[in-house]
Amino acid sequence: MSDTATIVRTVLEEHGRLAVPVDGLQNESDLYAAGLTSHASVNVMLALEDAFDLEFPERLLKKATFSSLGSIVEAIDEIRVDA
Amino acid sequence: MTSARAQTPLVGVDLVRVQDVADAIETFGTRYLDRVFTAAEQADSTGEPRVRAERLAARFAAKEAALKVLRPTGARPPWTSIEVVRHESGACDLRLTGTAAELASAGGITALAVSLTHEHDQAAAAVVGLVGGASDPDILHGDLRRAASGAVPAPAWKEHP
Repeated sequence: MSDTATIVRTVLEEHGRLAVPVDGLQNESDLYAAGLTSHASVNVMLALEDAFDLEFPERLLKKATFSSLGSIVEAIDEIRVDA
Repeated sequence: MTSARAQTPLVGVDLVRVQDVADAIETFGTRYLDRVFTAAEQADSTGEPRVRAERLAARFAAKEAALKVLRPTGARPPWTSIEVVRHESGACDLRLTGTAAELASAGGITALAVSLTHEHDQAAAAVVGLVGGASDPDILHGDLRRAASGAVPAPAWKEHP
């Protein structure tokens, strides 16, 4: 597992308020089905910005960005490339 | 002069845990508040920490309920582009700016109404949008402006949501 994925899992554990343990989730697991609410996704976004020292641009503020561990990692990688 | 056209209603509702908002304020402070709420919304939501969290939670629910009416297919508009405007009477309306206003215009939404409520640990909001009834862009924007200004009032369930 990449460092990015590990940090994302930690952030989700601390801020995602999921109904299931993050350890049990696959990269493609549906986070909304796992209990991620729209408000919790804001907390996750802010915590990710702190953890990776970046800011999510408006174009990535969509439901799909926070739909899975894998999609979050992809978004972070995309922001880093653009930086 | 325009003839009357049938209007189609769209409805969105959302429910937010007040404690989640209180926790976010405690954890992220101003960064959370400024990312999600306009200065006017923050000014309308003062009070004891618990009351403040309740009022902000209701406003967050309104933004999410509005999104369900706007139905973005790509990126969602920033939270601050959907603003809950509270009038002295206690009634609230929505004011859309930027990409949220563009989405409403593109979707043919000619009027919006919102109602907020909160009790104990839950806050909720319902938003109704009307599609159609004005095909002229000037008329449509005029209707949106009237809705934003409170000319299309939403009943308030509480004195101060």
